[in-house]
Amino acid sequence: MRSTTTIYALSSGSLPAGVAVVRISGPHVPSIIPQLTGRPALEPRRAVLCTVRDETGSPIDDALCLHFPAPASFTGEDVLEIQLHGSRAVTAALFRRLAMLDGLEPAEAGAFTMRAFLNGRIDLTAAEALSDLLVAETDAQRRLALSNADGAQRRLYETWRAELLSIWARIEADLDFSDQDDVPPEFGDAVRRQIGDLAEQIRIHLAGFRVAEIVNEGFHIVVAGAPNSGKSSLINYLARREVAIVTDIPGTTRDLIDVRLDIGGHLVRITDTAGMRGTADPVEKIGVQRAEAAVRGADLVLLLDDGDAPLPAIEAAHVLKVSSKADLRPTGALDVPISAKTGAGMDHLMARIRDILDSTAKIHDTVPSRQRHVAHLDQCIAALGRARRVEAFEIVAEELRIAADALGRLTGAIDVEDLLGDIFSRFCIGK
Amino acid sequence: MTHVKQDHPSFDVIVVGGGHAGVEAAAAAARMGAVTALVTLSADNLGVMSCNPAIGGLGKGQLVREIDALDGIMGRAADMAGIQFRLLNRSKGPAVRGPRTQADRKLYAQAVKDLVADQANLHVLADEVVDLDIRDGRLKGAHLKHAGRLNCGAVVLTTGTFLRGLIHIGADQIVAGRMGEQATTGLAATFNRLGIRLGRLKTGTPPRLARASIDWNALEKQAADETPTPFSTMTTSITTPQIECAITRTNESSHRIIRDNLHRSAMYGGAIEGVGPRYCPSIEDKIVRFGDRDGHQIFLEPEGLDSDLVYPNGVSTSLPIDVQIAFIRSMAGLHKAEIVQPGYAIEYDHVDPRDLYASLELRACQGLFLAGQINGTTGYEEAGAQGILAGVNAAMRSGGRAPVSVSRSDAYIGVMIDDLTTRGVTEPYRMFTSRAEYRLSIRADNADERLTPLGLAWGVVSKERASMFAERSAALADLRGVLQASVLSSSAAIKLGLPVNADGKVRSGYELLGHSGIGLTDLDRIWPGLQAFSPTVRELIEIEAGYAVYLERQVNDIERLRKQETLAIPSDLDLGAIVGLSNETKAKLVKAQPETIAQAARIEGMTPAALSLLLAHVQRKRDSVAA
Repeated sequence: MRSTTTIYALSSGSLPAGVAVVRISGPHVPSIIPQLTGRPALEPRRAVLCTVRDETGSPIDDALCLHFPAPASFTGEDVLEIQLHGSRAVTAALFRRLAMLDGLEPAEAGAFTMRAFLNGRIDLTAAEALSDLLVAETDAQRRLALSNADGAQRRLYETWRAELLSIWARIEADLDFSDQDDVPPEFGDAVRRQIGDLAEQIRIHLAGFRVAEIVNEGFHIVVAGAPNSGKSSLINYLARREVAIVTDIPGTTRDLIDVRLDIGGHLVRITDTAGMRGTADPVEKIGVQRAEAAVRGADLVLLLDDGDAPLPAIEAAHVLKVSSKADLRPTGALDVPISAKTGAGMDHLMARIRDILDSTAKIHDTVPSRQRHVAHLDQCIAALGRARRVEAFEIVAEELRIAADALGRLTGAIDVEDLLGDIFSRFCIGK
Repeated sequence: MTHVKQDHPSFDVIVVGGGHAGVEAAAAAARMGAVTALVTLSADNLGVMSCNPAIGGLGKGQLVREIDALDGIMGRAADMAGIQFRLLNRSKGPAVRGPRTQADRKLYAQAVKDLVADQANLHVLADEVVDLDIRDGRLKGAHLKHAGRLNCGAVVLTTGTFLRGLIHIGADQIVAGRMGEQATTGLAATFNRLGIRLGRLKTGTPPRLARASIDWNALEKQAADETPTPFSTMTTSITTPQIECAITRTNESSHRIIRDNLHRSAMYGGAIEGVGPRYCPSIEDKIVRFGDRDGHQIFLEPEGLDSDLVYPNGVSTSLPIDVQIAFIRSMAGLHKAEIVQPGYAIEYDHVDPRDLYASLELRACQGLFLAGQINGTTGYEEAGAQGILAGVNAAMRSGGRAPVSVSRSDAYIGVMIDDLTTRGVTEPYRMFTSRAEYRLSIRADNADERLTPLGLAWGVVSKERASMFAERSAALADLRGVLQASVLSSSAAIKLGLPVNADGKVRSGYELLGHSGIGLTDLDRIWPGLQAFSPTVRELIEIEAGYAVYLERQVNDIERLRKQETLAIPSDLDLGAIVGLSNETKAKLVKAQPETIAQAARIEGMTPAALSLLLAHVQRKRDSVAA
């Protein structure tokens, strides 16, 4: 479908910056090129240095302009990209100019991707993956998003759906053609085995979701230990050293603090906890309970020991015992001795963390990347499980229909309506 | 509404063709109160079974039950003429059981004629419709060869294989609608004028054998069910005597004969251009495609109680007569068999059913309805089921009311018409239970519960059936209520020997019936009052309760379908201009012109991505209209 309006937005990061990229998409692009650049046209897909001028002919900026003619562009429409100097004044001048042009309007959230979708440039799973790519903070997230954007996930689900259909078809043949002698009578066991095999494949794939979650939500490190064992010093040290702090999010309580870091390309979320010790103080007790809960949900616990108090017993996926304040005292047979004050042992600690990260948050294969995928795959597996257990073939067929529907929904077959709103609301303006 | 004048006599509805679609259409229109003419080349042809002498089967039996639920002819006629009632898939669940009977051709045709004769408002004219009077896209009347011009409010065309029909036997070709009957050519010009797209299909029929020439003693027999299951809820008992049929098999020698003569088959010699059905292959097809089998089963079905003809089910063929004789005689019991009428293939024109609305009215002409084989289907049951809906709608149209349709979630009739009008056909369309996604909900046993209320609302159901239906519905509700109100704890149930988990749950009788291994007779011991209900009512409730868990689950799916059915695709949305759809998908959409998203979803080859794209365009179009 051809849009009647042309949309524009800043599609690079916040200003000021070295370069600002303004993207314009829609049918008016060919006609505004001469008005902006003074050239009758731009050679397609070639960066051309132009002087962009306002309505009086005064220059706004010298900018690199790129014209992607329809339909071979991101949105499938004519697209003009203007790369100008990233000052607020310059971009504001360009926006004022664009706003004066007929048919042009500022883009709403997700509008570019919506147009790409409407013009068939991307499908639903690709659209979702793209939204992930646009918010990708780390390299691992970007890789995961890319692997799904090229359709690997959709292909996998379609393969399963085809497999399921072929099993289902055998059952249907028995139901609809049992009056004909060409349909072999006894095959129930073979079919049940096939159903089981398929369910197992999906189950293995589902297990990969935790990995995807780690990549997307961040690898969760909880720093635990007695009060004053050096937890805050360690976190402050890490935060200083790894300059790529994304945000400082206050915890849900004042005694749990979240820091988000990029370690070796992985998003890492570090939570500081209240000291863990037996206490009668009701307020402190709540803090301790929260710390214990955080420890249980952690991907890695850094358990700090300053040698003053016995270490609490901890159950978590990975635990590193860290002997803090190594500059002040001799350390025993603990995993890693460090001193946040002198920096001693910190390289070693970082290397250990990176090892664990690499082994846990490594994307081997296509994985389900969304809670929505997991929900439908769970439904599919549940239906397959019931299909294996029931006797009557018409019920087996019914369960297989439900399973096939669940897979179909993953690639966008049904429930599209509800999805669209959700998908497109996730896009930031101009991306 | 009706004014029969001398110069231009008028009818509310004219039905062209007296086959299964035509008879149901005419009778339905007449039951609706429309003064109806049934125009057929010969009044003797009413109710003729041109191919196999059987009614019902898997998927098809459900259709017959639905025709009956709308007070149609087919079920009652089959009950009068059935000579070997068998409930197919009896060992499987009730949702996939298909009632079937072999029928005595003579008795069947007579039963149909009698039911037609008894129908008020219905006039049979032995004549031929040569052209239709269509002005401004509206039907005004029909030109008949003998009677001249007739005014009418609506026409139902059910011309079967008679449109440019061409019979093939080996290299011989005969222009005919059915063996010994003329083809229709005049209406082809009418369709041409309307810009209707025609396709060409083929079907076939086996040779007929002389009963006395078969060595019956040498063959395995198949008997009728001990207790016949009638089609019609109006039938109280089956009185026609029941017969056996015999089974023989093709063998290596038959296969060799066919293989050696393949080049002489009209099918394989290249004489036939039409596409035949995959599921009802000719014997040539079977040998070519499944030649590795050591043999194929052939049922020898007598065509009637006193008929001299036998129908060998499974050897439809277009081979020359000498080859037909040779391979028939190669089979056990048939060494001396005489062929009375050779098998043949027939090619015929059909209308692309995507040119129809779900009411079976042609998009190109208000008041003109099509039903039966002309829409690309095969089978008496498929034809009759379309006929009844076309008849109802023709009466609606001539009476100034809006046409109606049936949802996929309500009936096999809905499934079939939706399939036809949204997906078109690439081979003759036959009903299978697997075509119905709500198979567990739309069963042969509950056809009345599903469709009689619709029929009552339309006005196509007689008073007798209405009162019987009301009575039975009340009994069903009664028993359902009693079962839902009677409860048993798990420990009590176990004590009584019922196979339930010891989970401490309290279950109603209705819930207990959902457990495999628990039937109503088990519950009779606990609640003896249940025995007061009639066997039919008990059976229906037992089936319903047995599926209850699944039916509840299907309710959500059905809701979603309903929602998609209400998502209309604006008629001014240019489907061919949607960028991003493959040319193939675009072409399919433009051809099918889906009325709703639900229909678009079922177009063959429609991918999820394509559908989401379409949906987005529809919403965008609506937003722009709303804005």
